[in-house]
Amino acid sequence: MVAKAQVDIGEYQYGFRDEEDYVFKSERGLNRKIVEDISAMKNEPEWMLDFRLKALDHYEKRPMPNWGADLSGIDFDNIFYYIRPTENMGRTWDEVPEYIKNTFEKLGIPEAERKFLAGVGAQYESEVIYHSLREDLEKQGVIFLDMDSSVREQPELVKKYFGTIIPYNDNKFAALNSAVWSGGSFIYVPPGVKIEVPLQAYFRINAENMGQFERTLIIVDEGAYVHYVEGCTAPTYSTSSLHSAVVEIVVLEGGRCRYTTIQNWSKNVYNLVTKRAAAYKNATMEWVDGNLGSKVTMKYPAVWLMEEGARGEILSVAFAGDGQHQDAGGKVVHVAPNTSSQIISKSISKGTGRSSYRGLVKVYKGAEDVKSNVVCDALLLDETSKTDTYPYIEVEEERASIGHEATVSKVAEEQIFYLMSRGLNETEAMSMIVNGFIEPIAKELPLEYAVELNRLIQLEMEGSVG
Amino acid sequence: MSSSNGVVKAPMFEIENLHAEIDGKEILKGVDLVVNEGEIHALMGPNGSGKSTLAYVIAGDPRYEVTEGSIRFQGEDILEWSPDERARKGLFLAFQYPTVIPGVSMANFLRMAVTNVRNARAEESAAVGGDVQKITPREFRRLMREKMAILKMDDAFATRYLNEGFSGGEKKRAEILQMALLEPKMAVLDETDSGLDIDALKVVSEGVNNLSGPEVGMLLITHYQRLLNFIKPNFVHIMMEGRVVESGGPELAHELEAKGYEGLRAQFAGTRAG
Repeated sequence: MVAKAQVDIGEYQYGFRDEEDYVFKSERGLNRKIVEDISAMKNEPEWMLDFRLKALDHYEKRPMPNWGADLSGIDFDNIFYYIRPTENMGRTWDEVPEYIKNTFEKLGIPEAERKFLAGVGAQYESEVIYHSLREDLEKQGVIFLDMDSSVREQPELVKKYFGTIIPYNDNKFAALNSAVWSGGSFIYVPPGVKIEVPLQAYFRINAENMGQFERTLIIVDEGAYVHYVEGCTAPTYSTSSLHSAVVEIVVLEGGRCRYTTIQNWSKNVYNLVTKRAAAYKNATMEWVDGNLGSKVTMKYPAVWLMEEGARGEILSVAFAGDGQHQDAGGKVVHVAPNTSSQIISKSISKGTGRSSYRGLVKVYKGAEDVKSNVVCDALLLDETSKTDTYPYIEVEEERASIGHEATVSKVAEEQIFYLMSRGLNETEAMSMIVNGFIEPIAKELPLEYAVELNRLIQLEMEGSVG
Repeated sequence: MSSSNGVVKAPMFEIENLHAEIDGKEILKGVDLVVNEGEIHALMGPNGSGKSTLAYVIAGDPRYEVTEGSIRFQGEDILEWSPDERARKGLFLAFQYPTVIPGVSMANFLRMAVTNVRNARAEESAAVGGDVQKITPREFRRLMREKMAILKMDDAFATRYLNEGFSGGEKKRAEILQMALLEPKMAVLDETDSGLDIDALKVVSEGVNNLSGPEVGMLLITHYQRLLNFIKPNFVHIMMEGRVVESGGPELAHELEAKGYEGLRAQFAGTRAG
């Protein structure tokens, strides 16, 4: 059964799946009743149901995007939009159903939690099945909840910010998420609280043709700091699944938020995500966005620099192997004067893989003395792989310093030969060159994730040469 | 070649009638050369005579195609071996122009190279009941620091990216460091002296002299006699137009210094014509 459901596409090691034993599984396809059912099952307030229904309406009217990656392989009527695996969320791993716990054990989450995390959220299909936060942080007033609970438990904060950074009508997939969202994280960090070790969320899809639509909202209050990390995997199926998340972040005066993603979906997942942050006076927002998995990714983490002194940084690394299209990049919008930003994008393409950098730097009129720098480097590993670049720069203000450089390079035969002449085999040589190429981004990651990133690249490289 | 007890022993490293071409153009036109354990050979010759090509072919550079002849190392034909196999068996080439590998620190690169080569040697040794051990990370760090100190390299060097932003002298030193750590049985040094000031030349020569010993063969490729003031070769060969045209003792280098390549060229042309 398990073996049958999987297709052999190489080294992906998270492609295993569990037998389904669910409390609720919606029928395939999307309609108004499913949206109402989701809202009812979650005991939501009226305003949230209204929000969902307005979003559904917009989603149905809005045409598919006519730019970016090829999305024609998504069969929207074949997707399961809501699956509730279990009745209750665990506060300890022992409260989580055995088979789900085992899956997260295999993914190394409880171990990572014990070793170096301040808190963990684990989502399985549509629901967060486990959530924890270190006690000392809870005492300091940090709130780390699954999004569903926060609607009930933190109505004021949620109502104030939910859907304000990314409105339901922002784009077709944000509208879809707004209609059927379930799970995700809610974080509030009180003024001056700096969380030194990361909070992590892990997203797991299990069922075939699953649609996962988590929704995350992070509020970093004045002078506070948080580093949030998310990881994701899914079983390998021959048919498509859909992951379409919305992430909204607010960083208030002097605060800093770093959001790191190591996306490693199986190669049958369409990953269409909207992520956006608003940074206020002297605040800093940093996106570290690693895209290794999925069939197609379209994701451009954005920072809106709303007040003076705000800074935005986007580090993006993408690996497009056989059959993958990584359409990634970042957007920075300078609304206020004296704001600064940097986008560094590194992409690697191999075999029939294609990576596209798509980015925007926008400077509004009146945003004087803005500094922005964009660097995008693409590395091609062979003759068949492809890369392209779509850098949009819209500057309405004369006093702005905008830098942009882009390079495309191929792994040079002489580099491979040099390393091989020192006893490295061809795969090791290639991996070393690729890991060196992404080093400027890997060194920004906590050690554990840098090691993981290097290891994933190594796996991608195996069997790719010779 | 016979040893004192009369048993005939194969040379450690033997090139025979080697022909090689790049993009259809023949560069090596029948090279013959023998290097035995403990011997240092200098290979001299004018620009374009094929010295560097010979070095690349020995290391297994895929850009070159060997069309005729053989290279035998410890009795085995190495031409079918990949460059990494050659390295693991104990061949080493110090590059004239080492390649930059951005983002890869010297330490990471050296650890992998030394581990691969040393572990291959340990396996080989175990197969014949020898006692060469695999290297531990701790031992590697100790070894790296020790060799860097000998080459007067600052500790910070280990964290720099491989050859990136290195001065000419630093690149050469890094090559010698790699050689010192990999402990080859047969080392080819391609113009390791070029671009070095006298102090750097001394340090690099010392590194080479440290490695040389009764079990190691060396081939120093050089354009100038200068290096040979610091490293004493047992044999000197002159290469011209893709062949070794003259071999002799150290005096040959001095003769070359006196006459220049043009003088020798005329002499060989005369010899051949006669």
